[in-house]
Formats: sequence, structure tokens, C-alpha cells
Amino acid sequence: MTDANCPMDRAAVIDRYFLEHRAKLIDLAAFLDRVDRSGDGTVDDFRITAFRKAIEELLESGPGRARRVQEAFSDHSTEPIEQAPMKGALGAFNPNDQA
Amino acid sequence: MYIDPHVHMVSRTTDDYERMALAGCVAITEPAFWAGYDRSSAQGFFDYFRTLTDYEPRRAQQYGIAHHTWLCINPKEAEDLGLAREVLEIIPDFLEKPNVLGIGEIGLNKNSRNELRIFEEHVDLAKRHDQMILIHTPHLEDKLKGTKLILDALENAEVDPGRVLVDHVEEHTVELVLDRGFWAGMTLYPDTKCTPQRAADIFEIYGQERIWINSAGDWGPSDPLAVPKCQQELRARGHFEEMIRKVSYDNPLGFLSQSGKFRTSVE
Repeated sequence: MTDANCPMDRAAVIDRYFLEHRAKLIDLAAFLDRVDRSGDGTVDDFRITAFRKAIEELLESGPGRARRVQEAFSDHSTEPIEQAPMKGALGAFNPNDQA
Repeated sequence: MYIDPHVHMVSRTTDDYERMALAGCVAITEPAFWAGYDRSSAQGFFDYFRTLTDYEPRRAQQYGIAHHTWLCINPKEAEDLGLAREVLEIIPDFLEKPNVLGIGEIGLNKNSRNELRIFEEHVDLAKRHDQMILIHTPHLEDKLKGTKLILDALENAEVDPGRVLVDHVEEHTVELVLDRGFWAGMTLYPDTKCTPQRAADIFEIYGQERIWINSAGDWGPSDPLAVPKCQQELRARGHFEEMIRKVSYDNPLGFLSQSGKFRTSVE
């Protein structure tokens, strides 16, 4: 990792990106509200569990938040699985899945 | 001016060639990939490889874009070992075509044993025919594990990392790839890979050596103009034109020229 920085100063970064990311943050909040309002609110989903864990990373200080959010959604096992269960990906590792 | 080193033009319209040319695209490379459905026979791949080595170069040429390709059976179709091995047998017949740069995009999808077996057989094919390699790393939650399995397999095969591009890197995999001496590609996708902003961040954090950007435009949500949009993002941040040219033209040119077949002009 290098110590390279964005050539924009801090104020310019905030000026350029704040409104866009403010909107994304409200989207996240509205999405979680929508999940709570839908169906059986007592049944959690592994994707939402991973989502909440990833959100905790946003509140940590220091660099590497994006990497840690990616890792929060990732499969950390190390051995190949026996057979591909499907073609696609769901966005978060399901800890109840195969080994 | 730019090179898009990973775009699936068989899935795009001729209008996209025109838009890319207008935005400054001079050359592309098109790896073989999954068609959105499983092909039923090796003959289907034979016809696909003919499209990639004959029809697409002519379609691109009309817009002044030099077209190149990589051949393989995609890991999504690797669970059927019999079919995969039939396809592996026909690939050598196409390797001498003037626009074939190597084997790709090979790799893993769900990180299964059969996917890994067929990946290793592709790597062996590339080594026996002295071909460069373009790697597909898995999607989303499977990417971290798959990237590690792929890098380990490449090192076990003693492949020259300077002739291998590991594509679709993101924040949690880019350092793994670069630290082991491989080239890295960032794919600019609306939802499932890097945005132009995050790619610009990764250039700022990890530098601009042995790394490029591509659109991987295909039949899903994707943008064949993603590379010039990332150029624009870098420009808006105040990066020098020299740096922008390096990641969108000089780096792909340097890597791809190792094949001896890469061109930036259709003449």
C-alpha cells in the first residue's frame, strides 16, 4: 500500500461527494426500514446479518473501511467446495452453507 | 485515447462500437465467457471461437478499433468435466489466429473442486503453448476465497506472474494480487464490482503499477463507456494526464504487447 492521497483537498472532496453519499446513506436506512416492515420481522436473513456487521465497519476510524466491508460479506473458508450449488452469487456468505 | 482490455462485444450492439470509438477507444480484448446459458456441446464453443476470431474483428474494424480475444471454457461451465475437456481439446486449433492473445478468462466461479481442476488444466494448456493468461475472479462473497485459491494454483504451476492478469480485483483482493507480482484489473460495473470512484480510490491507495481498468461490458447491467468515465473521474480529482494515460492506455499496452500480437491500430 502506498501513502498516495487524493489530490483534492478535504473540503473539495466533501463538496464533490457529500450529497451523493448522503443520499446513499438514507437509501440504506430506508432499505433496513423496508426489511423490518415486510413479512415476519423475527426471521433474520444471513445477508442482513452480514449487512449489519458491515455497517459497524463504517463507524470505525482509520483507513481500510471499504476493504473491511468487503471482508464482512466474504467467505473466509479455504478449501474448495464439492460442487457448485448454483451459478450466481448472493452478495454475502451464508455460514449455514456447505463446507 | 484508451484501451478497453476486457469487454464482451458479442453481447453488445454495433452502436456501442461507434460510441466507444467516439470516446477514444482504439483497441479492445474480448475474453471468452459464459453466454448466459450452458452450451450443450463443444461444437457450440467451436462456433463461438469462430465468432471471436473472425466476425468480431471485422465488426470492430469498421470503427477503427483493433479487436483481440482470449479463449477458454468459462468456470460457470466447468462442472461438466467431460464437456470442459472436449472444449480444451479444440482451443489449440485457434491459438495461431492473429487476434488470439492467450487463454482466458479462466478462473473460478463458486470455488468448487471441478472448477479448480479445469482451471489447472487451462493453466497447463497455456504453459504448453506459451500463452498469456487472463484470470476471472469470482463474484461478491466468493471473490476473496477464490482469488486466494487461484493465486495458490498459479504459483504451484510456476507460471510467470508477469504474463498473468488477474481481473475483477476490488479493495479486499488487489493487494493480494499485486504483492505476488501479478497484474491486476479493475472492472467498472454499476453494482457488483468497482465504480469509477472506487477504482480511482484504489489507484490512489495502491499506485498505478501493473494495474488497469476495464468495462467488462456484457449482456448484464454494464457500461461499455466505463473506462472513459473513470478517466473523467480521475481528471475531475486533479490527476495528471500522464497518470490517466498510464492506467487506461500505457499499462494495458505494456502487458498485452507481450503476446506479440497486440495492435492499437486496424491498419
